[in-house]
Parts: sequence; structure tokens; C-alpha cells
Amino acid sequence: MVYQTCRDESQSTLKVPGTIIPTAARRETTGRYTVDEITSLIGGFKVALSWYNLALMMVGILLGVIIGVLPGLGGANGVAILLPLTFTMPPTSAIIMLSCIYWGALFGGAITSILFNIPGEPWSVATTFDGHPMAQKGRADEALTAAFTSSFVGALIAVMLITFLAPLVAKFALQFGPAEFFSVYFLTFASFVGMGKGSPFKVLASMCLGFALGSVGLDKVTGTLRMTFGHDELLVGFDFLIAVIGLFGIGEILSSMESGLKFSGSHAKIRLDAVLQTWKKLLSYWITSIRSCVIGCWMGITPGGATPASFMSYGLAKRFSKSGDNFGKGEIEGVVAPETAAHAAGTSALLPMLTLGIPGSPTAAVLLGGLMIWGLQPGPMLFVEQKDFVWGLIASMYLGNIAGLLVVLTCVPLFAAILRVPFSIIAPVILVICAVGAYTVHNSMFDVWMMLVFGVIGYIFQKLGYPLPPLVLAIVLGDKAEEAFRQAMLGSQGNVSIFWSNWLVGSIMTLGVVLLFWPLVTWLGQKRKSRSGNLAAASAGAAAVDRDK
Amino acid sequence: MVRALQSTARAGIGVAMIAAGAALLPAAAQAWEPTKPVQFIIPAGTGGGADQMARFIQGVVAKNNLMKQPIITVNKGGGAGAEGFLEVKKASGDAHTIIITLSNLFTTPLGTGVPFSWKDLTPVAMLALDQFVLWVPADTPYKTAKEYIDAVKAGDDKSFKMGGTGSKQEDQIITVALEKLTAPKKFTYVPYGGGGTVATQLVGKHVNSSVNNPIEAVSQWKAGALRPLCIFDSKRSIYTAKVTATMAWSDIPTCKESGVNTEYQMLRGIFMAPGVKPDQVAFYVDLFKKVMATADWKTFMEQGAFNQTFMSGDQYKTWVAAADKLHYDLMKEAGFLAPGK
Repeated sequence: MVYQTCRDESQSTLKVPGTIIPTAARRETTGRYTVDEITSLIGGFKVALSWYNLALMMVGILLGVIIGVLPGLGGANGVAILLPLTFTMPPTSAIIMLSCIYWGALFGGAITSILFNIPGEPWSVATTFDGHPMAQKGRADEALTAAFTSSFVGALIAVMLITFLAPLVAKFALQFGPAEFFSVYFLTFASFVGMGKGSPFKVLASMCLGFALGSVGLDKVTGTLRMTFGHDELLVGFDFLIAVIGLFGIGEILSSMESGLKFSGSHAKIRLDAVLQTWKKLLSYWITSIRSCVIGCWMGITPGGATPASFMSYGLAKRFSKSGDNFGKGEIEGVVAPETAAHAAGTSALLPMLTLGIPGSPTAAVLLGGLMIWGLQPGPMLFVEQKDFVWGLIASMYLGNIAGLLVVLTCVPLFAAILRVPFSIIAPVILVICAVGAYTVHNSMFDVWMMLVFGVIGYIFQKLGYPLPPLVLAIVLGDKAEEAFRQAMLGSQGNVSIFWSNWLVGSIMTLGVVLLFWPLVTWLGQKRKSRSGNLAAASAGAAAVDRDK
Repeated sequence: MVRALQSTARAGIGVAMIAAGAALLPAAAQAWEPTKPVQFIIPAGTGGGADQMARFIQGVVAKNNLMKQPIITVNKGGGAGAEGFLEVKKASGDAHTIIITLSNLFTTPLGTGVPFSWKDLTPVAMLALDQFVLWVPADTPYKTAKEYIDAVKAGDDKSFKMGGTGSKQEDQIITVALEKLTAPKKFTYVPYGGGGTVATQLVGKHVNSSVNNPIEAVSQWKAGALRPLCIFDSKRSIYTAKVTATMAWSDIPTCKESGVNTEYQMLRGIFMAPGVKPDQVAFYVDLFKKVMATADWKTFMEQGAFNQTFMSGDQYKTWVAAADKLHYDLMKEAGFLAPGK
């Protein structure tokens, strides 16, 4: 009963968005909230902990891992395919199973990224940057453990956020208009500048190609077709997954073929204590973990999504890490950052769905459809009208993630052992999986051919030293950034100052600009230092100057 | 002797053929039904109105065992739905592919010039008509559509933002129609990816109004964040059950009542590939009649305040032809037609 009144209060705050509640009142509300949340959560655990629901949870996790491993299938498709199975179940059991498929897919996406350089899910792309090099060095088990553990931590923090702050945080999502969305994408791009170790012009060329590919298809703002040259196949544009499967997966196979038909990870040792050893190492990366959690939760709620979260988190970890220069060569921190953020985002994406009825991710969108079929109306009233359902789901998020972690961690030695299979056997298998994955995206053979073309491009890029991450990032976020930018411009009637029109968008944009020019600042700083060094040397003697030059 | 044997054999074959024919006859009379899973194409992304309805139908069919084969829903929303429509157009004679439509059946070919039209498909049935409602945030002062239109008229040109789904599609068509009343002032139309996003953007006041479908905004209305001003139909909704504490769908005035003479409804209908046989179409008409008879469907209709109109056969075809003409006229007037259309 107390719970009900408390909810009603929160409801009244939702009723008038933008109204400022006095701080004291807000604290009181939040304080009583916490107690109520815990009572409700215990009720939720009672719902989730029945044998039937626990069994569904395990089935969901296993299916999810399989879905995550198969590139192209993806969590959203997996949930959509399995949705009809749940129509005869009680709604709470149904959502428990479906959300466990979702967790499983989030876990599974990391496996192929690390072992074969094939990201099963868009948000696993950033995991390949360091995860695969680690596997090549024979540290696949370490990389997998790091990935799974980080995923778990990210998800756990996000679930806690959902449990205790749902209504407060949900309001934050409302603040996000086109300008705010653009600022987030801008920040993602900015945090990625200077990622490549090679020439900045090569990074730029790679990114521009990505933007060009990303702009093929329908221009959503004017509703006209762009760069399709009258070909119906190009209507849908270049799907990011097809590009990624080709560039990374097929490109990798071509490179391996050249280097003597073997995986460099084949000398991987099977260590049974790998999990414990890795956990010890992971503790020292707590700052990265926290930063990634914050980025992830924020991107999940806003709803920027798991993919930008993972890229942004990786970019920032590289920028702030002491060993940032080693990123891309097999740094464990480079696995921790994207995985934590991706899972935090993936989990917190369910929050706007539950509280506002807006899906934060494609999978959340399919789940939203499921809610309707079970007779539940997603949106602000769900927490009030369907308490059992909501808290059963939240409790299952805790349990599902724990179950998921146990399942995948016990399989780490098994997954790592796959790398010991001879290349001549595994390569055709990977090729088939890639082709099936590319086909599944739109059920079209054209995509399979495109995948092969992207594979060759990936190989050529590697040979010529052009970095692939900027290209991929531009394909993923390029069109979204463009759309948000143009929506913002429409709203402000062409006035750029909209990007500094309030503290939220202003601070994100400023942070982005700072990050964008940071390499230039450090470069100028170094130049000045060397110049002042030169001056000092000049006074000492001309010979020293010559040497400095 | 040999001849006699031969004739016996021939007679035997004849008997066998008659028997086989007899065995075939009842099968033919029993009418066609799907022999493999039916692909249900949604020419839009996940989570939108068409997607929700298609997945709902899939669920109802599975739950009530209305068909032996399962329905598999596939989203093909690329190119403003052109991806899905082109696939059905290509699948000539394939009776295992059906598609649900929204207004992009008319607007996409007109606006983008992609070569398809409703004439390339086989009309099956109209399931319902989706309504459009003019929404504003609840804490703005406008209580009626007239007050809002007057405010737009009195404000600076393009200072009022209308959020909508897609570009040169139904939401923007309605916006252009409203601009006849606000002339010479115009709205700034801001296109978004989906109806759910539009409703949220409106709650966050990033736009001033929207013409969301009822189902896309009902939750925000219940929570007291949005206010419906008028419904773009000739008569009020028939649903009298209270949605909020004080209002039911039937309490929303028609736009005409509020002095805004604009009407628009969106087709939620089913089409098949070209070249399918009449008994195959009949199977699906019958299937959807069964779906509509379920209690689940009635609840779904009420949740989304749909206008429940069922049509099939020539009646449906005539309706679609008229709707196509209407969209051509509206888009021509708004200057949305692709070159050469």
C-alpha cells in the first residue's frame, strides 16, 4: 500500500515533465523509494525463482549464446523468431525467457569476435580490436574471461540503476532531442580520432569511405533515394553487419591464408585456472570499468544504444590509459572497456522501454511488440499497473546475468580449445557461418556477394595499412549522425548555436570538440617543447641545433 | 488372347485413373491451404504500428491454431518500405508470401520513384483503418485544435515544429493539409524514424505537436504527458471506455468539429504477390476473418482506437484505387512527387 502511494507520487512527477521538484521533497521520495524498491524486488525474486522460470532462464541463455555466436542473426532477430513460442506462456515467464535470450546474445557476441575476429553483434566490433590480437598471442582464455566478466559487471550496474532510479532516470531520456543525439554521435567520432597508429590521412580516408557507404539508400530527411544509381538492391543501403562480417571475418581468413594457412592462436594452452588468474588482473582496471559503466548506462538510457557506447568507451580508454599506445596489440583493458559499456548499455536500454514505451535498442523494440501481445501496455503506467511483471523481469535480470556468467565461464576452456582445430578445417566452417550470417540480414544473396567484396576490401586495407575501425564506425553511426544533425538544423532553422543552447548539449559538444583537437594540442605542446629545447640548444651551440633537427 | 489381356489392362488403367480422379476431386473442393510456413512481410522497422499489428496477428494465429503452417514475420523496411513491396512484386505466383501495408504503399512509389504500385500486388483484405490524432504536450495552454491552429497563425513563420514519422509520408501530408488553415504561416516539419520516437520527442518538447496514431501515444496520454486535440476522422471514435481518469477515445472531438476541416486515415491491409489463384486469396480472407473474430483482436482494436472496417474482393480493390488517387492528389499539391511521376 505504501508502495502504491509512493508510485503515485512518482507518477505525479512524470505527469508534468520539466517541473522542478523541491530538493527536500525529492530526497524524501527517493528515500522511501529505496525501501519500496527492495520490497518489490524481493517479491520479484519470488516470481522469478520458480523451477519453471529457472528452467526457461537456462534455455534462454543457451539459445542466446548460440544466437550471439552466429553473426548476422543477432539478438533482435533471435528474439523475434522465438517470440511466437512464448504466446502460450504466462507473460512473466515469457519475458524472462526472452530477456535471457537477450543476455545470452550479448555474452555470445564476444566469443567469435575474440576467437575469429568476426563480431557476431554490432556492439562486439570494438571487442575485436584487442580481443583478437590476444587470442593470436595464445591468450584467448584470458580475453574471453575478461570479456564475460566485464559484460557481467556492466549489466549488473545497469540493472541496479533500473531497480533504484527507474522513474528519475527515465525523465532524463526526455531531455534528448536531435541536437543532443548529434552531440553524442559527435563525441563518439571525436573520441575515435587518432585511433590509428598510421597516417591521420589514412584514418580520414577510411572514415570518409565509411560515410559514403553509410549514405547510400533512402535519405530519411527528404525522403528521396541517394546513390542507388537505379539499382533496387542498393535501396536498403549497405548494412553494417554485412560490411563487418566481410571486412573482419573474410578479411581475416584471407590474411591467415597468406600467412601459411594457420591460425596464430593455435598454440593456445588450455589453462583451467585461467578464470581466476584473469580476475586478479581485472581488479586493477577498476577506473576503466567505472568509466565504461557510466558511458554504457548513459547511452542505453538516451537511447544511443550499445554500439556507440562500446566504440566511445574503447576510444576513451585508449585516450586515458597509461598503456594507450599498446591498444590494438592485445591489451586486456581494450577488451574490458567496450564489453562493460556494451552490456551496461544493452541492459539499461530496457529502462526507457519499460518506463516510457520507447525502445532503446532493436531487441527492446521486439520485446515491446511482445508486451502488446501479452496484453501489457508498455509505458509510464506499466510500473503501476503490472507490478508483478515488472519486478519479475527486473529480478530475472539479476538471475539471468548470474546464470549467463556461470554458463559462459565454464565454457571458456572449451571455446579456447576451438583455436587448436586445424585452420584447413575451421576456415571453411567460418566461411559458411559468415555467408549464412550475411544472408540472414535481409534474406538476400546480393548481401553474400557484398560480403565477399567487403572481405577483399578488408584484405587490401590491411595490406596498405589503412585502419578498418574508422570505416566501420562511420558506416554504423554516419547516417544516424547525419539524420540527427539535419533534424536539429530543421528545428533551429539553420542556426548552429542550437548545439550550445543548453547545458546538456553544450557540455557534450564542448567535450567532443576538446577531444577532437586534443591530438593537435599535444602535438603543438610537443613542438613548443622541442622548440624551446632548440632555443636553449642554440644558445649552447649550433652543433646541438643541427643534431636536434 | 493377347488383345484381350491388353484390353483388360487398359480397362484396369482406366479404372485406376478414375479412382485417382475421384481421390483428387474432394481435395480440390477442400480448397487450398498453405503447405509451408507463410512469410509475413512488414515494410517497416521493428516496433512501429504495422510491426505491432503483424506480430499480433502472428500471435493470434499461433495461439488459436487458425492455420496448420506457422506465420513468420520479416521486417523489410529499407527504402521507406520499397524493399518489402519489391520483394512481394518479384514473388509472382507465390501464395506463401503476404504483406501488411501502411500508407507507404502509395507514398513511397510516388515520392521516390521506385517502380512498384498497388496494381502490382493482389489485394486480399482491409483489416482496419488507423486513426491520426493531433497531440500537444499536456502542459501547453492549447485546449482545442482551433486554439492551437490560431497560435500557429499568430506566431512567427516556421516557429512551430511538427514531429512526424518519415519524410513525404502520411504525417507530413497531414501537416501540409493543416498548413492550408495556418496560411501564410507554415510548420517546420521534423522527420523521425518511428512513431514511438515522435511521441517521446513531443513529451520532451523537442517539437510542439505531432499527429501520432493512437497506439503510439496512448501510453503517454494515460500518464498525463500528452493531450489529444482532435481526431482526423469524419466521426468520433466508437470506443467509450475511459482511457484516462476523465476521457475516453470517444471524447476526442473530430477535427471538423473543432473547425479544422482535415480528414486522414491509414490503411492497415493485406496484399499478396501478383499472379496468385482466387482460392489462395480466399484462404487468407477467411483466415483474417477468423483472426478478427477473436476476443484478442477486439481488445487490440480498442487499445489502438482503430476504425474497424473490413473489406475484401472488389470492394477493397475499389477502395485502394480511390486511396491511391487521393494520395497522388495530396502529394502533387504538396510538391512531394518524384520527378516523372
